[in-house]
Amino acid sequence: MIEEKFASGQSFIHQLDPKIRIIASIVLSFAVALCDNLYIAGGYFVIATVLITMAQLKWWDVIIRLKPLFWFLLMIWIILPLTFDGDIIYQYSWLKITGPGVLLCCKITIKSITILLLFTALIATMTIASLGNGLHRIHVPDKMVFLLLMSYRYISVIEEEYKRLLRAAKFRGFKPGTNLHSYKTFAYLAGMLFVRASVRAQRVYQAMLCRGFNQKFHTLDVYPSNRLNLHFLIGIFLASLSLVVVEVMWV
Amino acid sequence: MADNSRVIKLEGISFSYPGSNIKVLDHLNLEINKGDRIGMMAPNGSGKTTLLHTIMGLCRPDSGTIEVFGKLLKKEKDFIPVRSKIGLLFQDSDDQLFCPTVLDDVTFGPLNLGFSPQDAIDTARKTLERLGIQTFEQSVTHRLSGGQKRLVALASVLAMEPAVLLLDEPTAGLDNRVKEKLIHILNDLDISYFVISHEFDFAKAVTDKIYSMENGKILTDDEIHIHRHEHVHKHGKHPHIHK
Repeated sequence: MIEEKFASGQSFIHQLDPKIRIIASIVLSFAVALCDNLYIAGGYFVIATVLITMAQLKWWDVIIRLKPLFWFLLMIWIILPLTFDGDIIYQYSWLKITGPGVLLCCKITIKSITILLLFTALIATMTIASLGNGLHRIHVPDKMVFLLLMSYRYISVIEEEYKRLLRAAKFRGFKPGTNLHSYKTFAYLAGMLFVRASVRAQRVYQAMLCRGFNQKFHTLDVYPSNRLNLHFLIGIFLASLSLVVVEVMWV
Repeated sequence: MADNSRVIKLEGISFSYPGSNIKVLDHLNLEINKGDRIGMMAPNGSGKTTLLHTIMGLCRPDSGTIEVFGKLLKKEKDFIPVRSKIGLLFQDSDDQLFCPTVLDDVTFGPLNLGFSPQDAIDTARKTLERLGIQTFEQSVTHRLSGGQKRLVALASVLAMEPAVLLLDEPTAGLDNRVKEKLIHILNDLDISYFVISHEFDFAKAVTDKIYSMENGKILTDDEIHIHRHEHVHKHGKHPHIHK
């Protein structure tokens, strides 16, 4: 089940138009991804933490959200300093830790955490429905938007079906192990899941036809534009632009 | 009978699934007129759902004619305007509710009919209120219970203001409280409907006549009479067989 833990809130960020938030997060994350200086990246990190604070999210919850990223970063910290070419800053028999390797790790760490924080503050603070609405209004193709919305809607149904199939297998004494029988059973389960998903897709399409679906999607646009949105967007643009200018001119 | 009172007329409909010789529908005839409240009780696999899908143009029959509001329907294009006038409630509500929130789902039909967003929302709210589920408006569809989903699915069909309603086992998997509510809602409707059900009490409570199906044909009231006996006998609570 997908939880939308951060989506319900009353903060300034929550009240912003989804469209504005999507644009802001795209602009900022591009700026972060393309910046090549550790200190400038630190500047973006500060912006991200400010946004998280503005969204009034609990830091502990946010850190728990970042857990998968930490595993990925741990792997990078183990591999990169030892394998990257450059000046050696520490050597123990055949193990060599290089300066550029450590620097690159720092950059990757701070940039990836910053981008995820940005998305947590701006995108995770809206429901999937609002996200779909916002994407539609920045002219993302309807098919893509509905692909997202339908995946969200049916992922729990498919999970439910998977659990049901697995339960049925377990009730008949199935114990997963590393043997051919287990692999075959899981392959059957996966196959059955695909069959059921496609049959369901067909029924959903029929239900859509019955309600007058004519290959065109409509959404309920209920977000009025107000000045707050514009000011926020200008603020984000100016902040990222100034950091880009600083990086190009002085670094 | 005047022609304009006839809503749906099927004549000589035959249908078999591709790759199968068994005729699910075999020269079937059916008429639904204005104000009709027809129940259908028949065994599993007798072609009830196929029949409803044929009326909606989701299954194309091998032979026979489908006439809705006096118009002969042949091609996909003919069915499109008719679908909004016939509301079909699916067996599995999860198939019917595919939008993230309840309001999105109920407005889906009206928006397709060309309503403006505000009109669609108004219609949806009115329908939800009529069914007493206006508090679900912003709920996330997949988190609703089975009974709530069924009511929302019904709302999404009714929001299109159909002239006739086709219900495919509306009580399947529901508890008595929701069933009571459904009975109440259906009895309050002023449009004709055709309801498939396995439950005698439910079918009896919401319909005026009950049909059945056998060998791909419809058996009407004159040919069958489904009824239930209450009886007393000397076997007590011991298991026994009726002949």
